[in-house]
Amino acid sequence: MNKRAATRWAAIAAISVTVGGLAACAPADDNAGEGEGVTIRWWHNATSDPLQGLWADVAAEFEAANPGVTVEVTGYQNEDLQRTLIPNALQSGDAPDIFQVWPGGEVRAQAEAGYLRDLTDDAADLIAEIGGAVKPWEVDGRQYALPFSFGITGIWYNADLFAQAGIDSPPETLDELVDAAAALKAEGITPFSVGAGDLWPAGHWWYQFALNACSVETLQTAIPERNFDDPCWIEAGENLQEFLETEPFNEGFLATPAQTGADSSAGLLANGNVAMEFMGPWNSGVIGSLTPDTTVPEFLSWFPFPSVPGGEGDPTVTMGGGDGFGVSADAPDIAVELLKYIHSAEVQQRFAATGAGIAAHPAAADSLEDENLQQIAAGLAGSSFVQLWLDSALGPEFGNPLNQAIVNIFGGVGTPEDVVTALKDTAAAL
Amino acid sequence: MTDQLTAGPAVSAGPAPASAPPSASTPSRAARDGRRARDGRKWLEIALFAGPALIVFITFVILPVVLAGVYSFYNWNGLGPLERFVGIDNYVRAFTDPLFLGAIGNNVTIVIASVLIQGPIAIAIALLLNRKLPGRSFIRALIFVPYVLAEVIAGLSWKLLLSPRGGVNALLEAIGLGELTQPWLANPDIALWVMFGILSWKYLGFAILLMLAGLQGVPEELHEAAAIDGANWWQIQTRITLPLLAPTIRIWIFLSMIGSLQLFDMVWVTTKGGPVGATNTMAVYLIQYGQGQYGYGSAIAVILFVISLVVALLYQRFAMRRDLAGAVTSGVR
Repeated sequence: MNKRAATRWAAIAAISVTVGGLAACAPADDNAGEGEGVTIRWWHNATSDPLQGLWADVAAEFEAANPGVTVEVTGYQNEDLQRTLIPNALQSGDAPDIFQVWPGGEVRAQAEAGYLRDLTDDAADLIAEIGGAVKPWEVDGRQYALPFSFGITGIWYNADLFAQAGIDSPPETLDELVDAAAALKAEGITPFSVGAGDLWPAGHWWYQFALNACSVETLQTAIPERNFDDPCWIEAGENLQEFLETEPFNEGFLATPAQTGADSSAGLLANGNVAMEFMGPWNSGVIGSLTPDTTVPEFLSWFPFPSVPGGEGDPTVTMGGGDGFGVSADAPDIAVELLKYIHSAEVQQRFAATGAGIAAHPAAADSLEDENLQQIAAGLAGSSFVQLWLDSALGPEFGNPLNQAIVNIFGGVGTPEDVVTALKDTAAAL
Repeated sequence: MTDQLTAGPAVSAGPAPASAPPSASTPSRAARDGRRARDGRKWLEIALFAGPALIVFITFVILPVVLAGVYSFYNWNGLGPLERFVGIDNYVRAFTDPLFLGAIGNNVTIVIASVLIQGPIAIAIALLLNRKLPGRSFIRALIFVPYVLAEVIAGLSWKLLLSPRGGVNALLEAIGLGELTQPWLANPDIALWVMFGILSWKYLGFAILLMLAGLQGVPEELHEAAAIDGANWWQIQTRITLPLLAPTIRIWIFLSMIGSLQLFDMVWVTTKGGPVGATNTMAVYLIQYGQGQYGYGSAIAVILFVISLVVALLYQRFAMRRDLAGAVTSGVR
C-alpha cells in the first residue's frame, strides 16, 4: 500500500509538471498577422564575411522598409544547420520562417513532410526571372525553395606550379590530366589533394566519373527511380580505380579533412603544397581563409573537369548545385516578401559583387568580378545539363553509405560493384 | 520507521474482530486516522523532495531510452509522423553491415587492449610513484595533465602532430629515423593502434590517480611486517599490495570498459572513424549513419545500450560482487 501510494504521488507530480512543461513548450502564436510586431526568423549558413555581412544588411533594409517587422538573422555552420538544427526545429514545430534548403532529395523530404511553403504562385514572377536554376528545388512541379547561388564543380589549380611543371594550358581530356599529373610529379609536386576524411570530397570524384560514364537519360531516370541496374554505374567506379592507380593524391588523403586547417585538402592547395583540387564553386572562399594573410592567392585558377573518353556521358554535362532558401509552412506571409527581396535582382547583384559565389539570378551575371567565378559561370553557361551532386540528388539517406563505399575504393578495400550494392541496399531500405 | 512498525499490528487488529465491542473500535479508528494523517504527510514530503528529481530523471533518461526503442522499429527520416513500421529490419540491417560489425570489433579490441595494456602500465607507474622519489609530486601532476585537457583540444593536437606533414614525422626525420615516417592516422593497418596510443596517453593519468588513491588504503604496517619476515620488495607488492589494491583495479576495469564501449569524442575529432572504417566505433557509426535515418540510428543506439548494460551487469554480478552492494549484487555471498 505504501509503495502504491508513493507511486501515485510520483505519478501525479510527474503528470502535473509534464503538462505544465508541455504547455510552456507549445509555440506561441507569432504568425497572427502582418505589420505590427511580426518577427521573422531567418537561418543561413554564412559564418564569415562577406556573406554574413550582406545578409545582415539585407535584413536591416527589409526592417527599414517594413515598419513593425523584426528580422532575426542567424548564421550557422553548414552541416550543423542542415543535419541537426533544421530537422530538430522542424520536428519540434518551432521552425525558423526562412531557412537554407538543400536541393534534390533534401528539399523533397522536407516538402513531402509538409514543412515547406509552396512558392509556385506567390513567387511566380521571380521563379520565371531566375529560370532553369530553380529546377533542383522543384518537387513534383511545385517550387518549394529558391536558389541564391548556383555553380559547378571543377578543378581549382595553382597556375604557378603548372608553369613550373611546363603545363601550358589546362587539360581538356582525362589523358591530358593524367599527363599533367605525371609532369607535376616529375617536378616533385603532388598533383591533387582530396579530403577523403570527410568522405564527400572523394564522393565527388566518383560522381564525376558516373557523369562521364552514364547518359543523360540514365541519370534522369535512375536517380528519381533509384534504379542502379545500368552497367554505367559500375563503369564509373572502374574508371575511378584506373585513375587512382596513377596515385595522384596527397599522402594520407584518407584522413585529410576538406576545409579545416593547413593540412586540409583546401589548405594544401592554398599553401602551394599540391597543384589541384576537384571542388565546388565555394572553394575560393575556403582557400582564401586558409592562407597566412587570409586572401585568395594570385595563383589560384579554375578549369572544368576534362572529358573522359569511352563513356556514354555527354561531355557538356556538368556537376553542380547551389544554395537556396525556403519558407516554413507556418511562416507569416510577410516572410515570402523577405524571401523575394533576398532573391531580387538587386540583392543578387550585390551578392555576386562580394565574390562569395555565383548568383542564381541571370541579371546578376555582369556583377561577377572574381575571375575564377567568371570561369565557373562560363562553364555553367556552356553546360547542356547540370547534374546535382549525387548525394544531394538522392537524398539524406544516401550520403553516408554511398560516400563510404566510394572512399573504400580510394582506400583499396572496396570495389566498383560495392558502390552499386550500397546504392541498391540503401534504396531497398527506404 | 519505528512508529510504523508499532502501528502495524493495530491495523490488522482493528477491523478483524467484527463482533468487538464499540468501545474498543473507537480508539482504534482514532489511531488509524492519526496514522493515515501521518502517512499522508510523510508521502507528501517524499513526493515533494524526490518528485522533481524523479520527473527530470524520467523525462530525460527513461523516456528517451523508451522512445529510442520505439523509433528503432520504424523507418523514419526524422521529418513527419512515425508511420512506417518495419519490425526488426533495422536490427537485421545493422548486424549484416560489415562496417558496423567492424565497429563492434574495434570497440572490443579497445576494451581488451585497455585492460591488458593500460592496466599493468598504470599499476606499475602507481607503485613506482608510491615510493619516495625526488620530484614525486611534480611527476604525479605531469602524468595527470593529459586527463585534464579537453578531449577536443587533445584530439586536434594529436591530429595535427600525426598528420603526414606534422610534428611526429618531422621529429622522426630530424633524429634520422626518416624511414619510419607514416601518415599515422591515414594508414588503415595501424590507425586503430595509433588511436589506442592516443587514448592511453589521455586516460593513463586517470588510471594512475585511481591506483595511487587505492594504494593509500594499504596500511604501511603490513609492508613493515612483511619486510621483518624477510619478504623482498617484489614479494611485498605481489602478495600484499596487489591483493589489497584489487577493489580499485576492479573499479578501474569497469570504468575503462564502459568508456571504451561508448568511445566517441576522441575518434570523432581525430579520424571520424576512418580511414576506411579502421577506427570506427559503435557511437561514431551511430552518428554517421543515424543522420537522416533516425529509426536506424535508434536501433544502433539500442544495440550500444544493451551491449553496455549487459557488460556492466555481468561485470558487477561476477567481478565486483565483493566490492559493491549494487542492484544486481544484493543477496550474492
